Amino acid sequence: MSAIFKREFNAYFSSPIGYVFIAMFYCLSGFFFFLYNLAASSSELRYVYSMLFTCSALLMPILTMRMLSEDKRQKTDQVLLTAPIGLFGLLMGKFLAALLVYVIAVSITLAYALVLSVFVSLNWAVIISSYFGILLLGAALIAVGMFISSLTESQLVAAIVSVVVDVALLLVDSLASVMPTTSLQNLVMGLSMSDHYGNFTMGILDFADAFFFLSIIALFIFLTSRILEKRRWS
Amino acid sequence: MLEVKNLVKRYGSKYAVNDISFTVERGEILGFLGPNGAGKTTTMNIITGYLSSAEGTVNIDGHEILEDPIAAKSCIGYLPEQPPLYMDMTVKEYLNFVYELKKVKLPRQKHIEEICKTVKIDHVYNRLIRNLSKGYKQRVGVAQALLGSPELLILDEPTVGLDPKQIIEIRNLIKELGKNHTVILSSHILPEVQAICERVIVINEGKIIADDTPDHLSRAMSSESGLAVRLEGPVTEVNNALRALPNVHSCNPLGEREKGVFEYLVEPENSADIRRDVFRLAAEKSWPILSMKSTEMSLEEIFLKLTSGEYLAPVKEAPAPAVSDKSAKKPSKSPAPDDVSAEPAAAVEPAKKSTEGSEE
Repeated sequence: MSAIFKREFNAYFSSPIGYVFIAMFYCLSGFFFFLYNLAASSSELRYVYSMLFTCSALLMPILTMRMLSEDKRQKTDQVLLTAPIGLFGLLMGKFLAALLVYVIAVSITLAYALVLSVFVSLNWAVIISSYFGILLLGAALIAVGMFISSLTESQLVAAIVSVVVDVALLLVDSLASVMPTTSLQNLVMGLSMSDHYGNFTMGILDFADAFFFLSIIALFIFLTSRILEKRRWS
Repeated sequence: MLEVKNLVKRYGSKYAVNDISFTVERGEILGFLGPNGAGKTTTMNIITGYLSSAEGTVNIDGHEILEDPIAAKSCIGYLPEQPPLYMDMTVKEYLNFVYELKKVKLPRQKHIEEICKTVKIDHVYNRLIRNLSKGYKQRVGVAQALLGSPELLILDEPTVGLDPKQIIEIRNLIKELGKNHTVILSSHILPEVQAICERVIVINEGKIIADDTPDHLSRAMSSESGLAVRLEGPVTEVNNALRALPNVHSCNPLGEREKGVFEYLVEPENSADIRRDVFRLAAEKSWPILSMKSTEMSLEEIFLKLTSGEYLAPVKEAPAPAVSDKSAKKPSKSPAPDDVSAEPAAAVEPAKKSTEGSEE
């Protein structure tokens, strides 16, 4: 696992992908920081943190598109799948490498908090809670993206499908308002990532929210391993 | 070392591998021979655990690939048809990556250096794999397979796409490796298998159609072939006279080799020895014999015969005992294109030219 983790992490930076992702993330999140804090003369970071979902949803496919599709296309999966390691180790290596790049990108928002803390005293508890949320959200989007990338050999297809899926995940809660019954509304809200993530940005550390993201991560890593396994059999 | 039993792999309704069984002993160099799409790569992919078989078992050094994949895979070094290289890494980074991936316990620096020396990639060690030539990429692929000194090396068409010099180098390398490793290699190039392997398994349409030493195979088949004679004389007359000899099944002119000299393929009945009769006939008629050889079949012809279903060799589980014949060990040079039996000759010649071309 550590070998794959190292390789994958280095691969993000031996190609432009890692830099592009981080740069785009800085731009987008910087834009929201400017809009909500600097231009609006506000010290409320919550809006920036909640907009990070949008940033992640739009940009995450850059990180995840090649995770498994490229291996399949270049046939490098043969060295991985015939090596004496389990499927789980393989996927975790790739998953954690992408997560680390994501963490590097997200950490720029700490700078925003530090800038603001010069002028006002911030509620650091809320900010820490937000970072829990960001980490879980990012990990969930990576798991989903990795799953999508396991379905195709083409990075492009993986990227496009991932963007659509991520944006759909972003918009799930807007569906809730048009649901006919309250129970359906509750169901849709229960599945909404932005709803669960929103709690973190408000400083609410609820185990249910964490569990929601952790289950998504586990589910999609499991599904990915099934896809790889199925490929052996078909 | 390796025991493969009743492997079956289907793609839809088509059998890619249909009930293949064989065993490989420690230290053996086994050649997998078959036309494209015969099931060689599929079989290798199943052995290495990259694919799963629908039925059957693979046992590597006591480990079932399905029951205990990690232990089984750690005995194998695999070079797939297309070397699984990361283009964005240097040779050094890549080999270190595979070293860690395979959890090799040997001293890292020394082990990697040794392998680089063996496959002669030490001078490109710090270059990006993307920028290496095909031959070097192939060698990095071999190096990758060698990491951790696995007992069993599986090489899928290791010489494809290499230039003739590289082909010879890789072949020598494989022979060298065969001293310390068990090697399975696949090829559709026959002289290659003939030159390297102690034992050949011929696969066609997912089935094993022959399993023997290259020499045995050619011996088993050559009993069916005849005598190639070059005679100076009027072609029809000579042909009819040869045909009229006792024990001659058929005789056909193969073509004019020199001015007024034709070559005839004389096939005896029941493997009778007709050389003396031919000599006497020629002496009687004063047709000088310019050459006369028995047409021992090259692996190419055997291969064509086998894969076209004309002959079914007895399939053996173990290799036949070595024969005390000088030609058994030597990579018997395939006979020149003009002394082969009539029918396969036409089909073989183009193939032969291409392989010879790539050899020299």
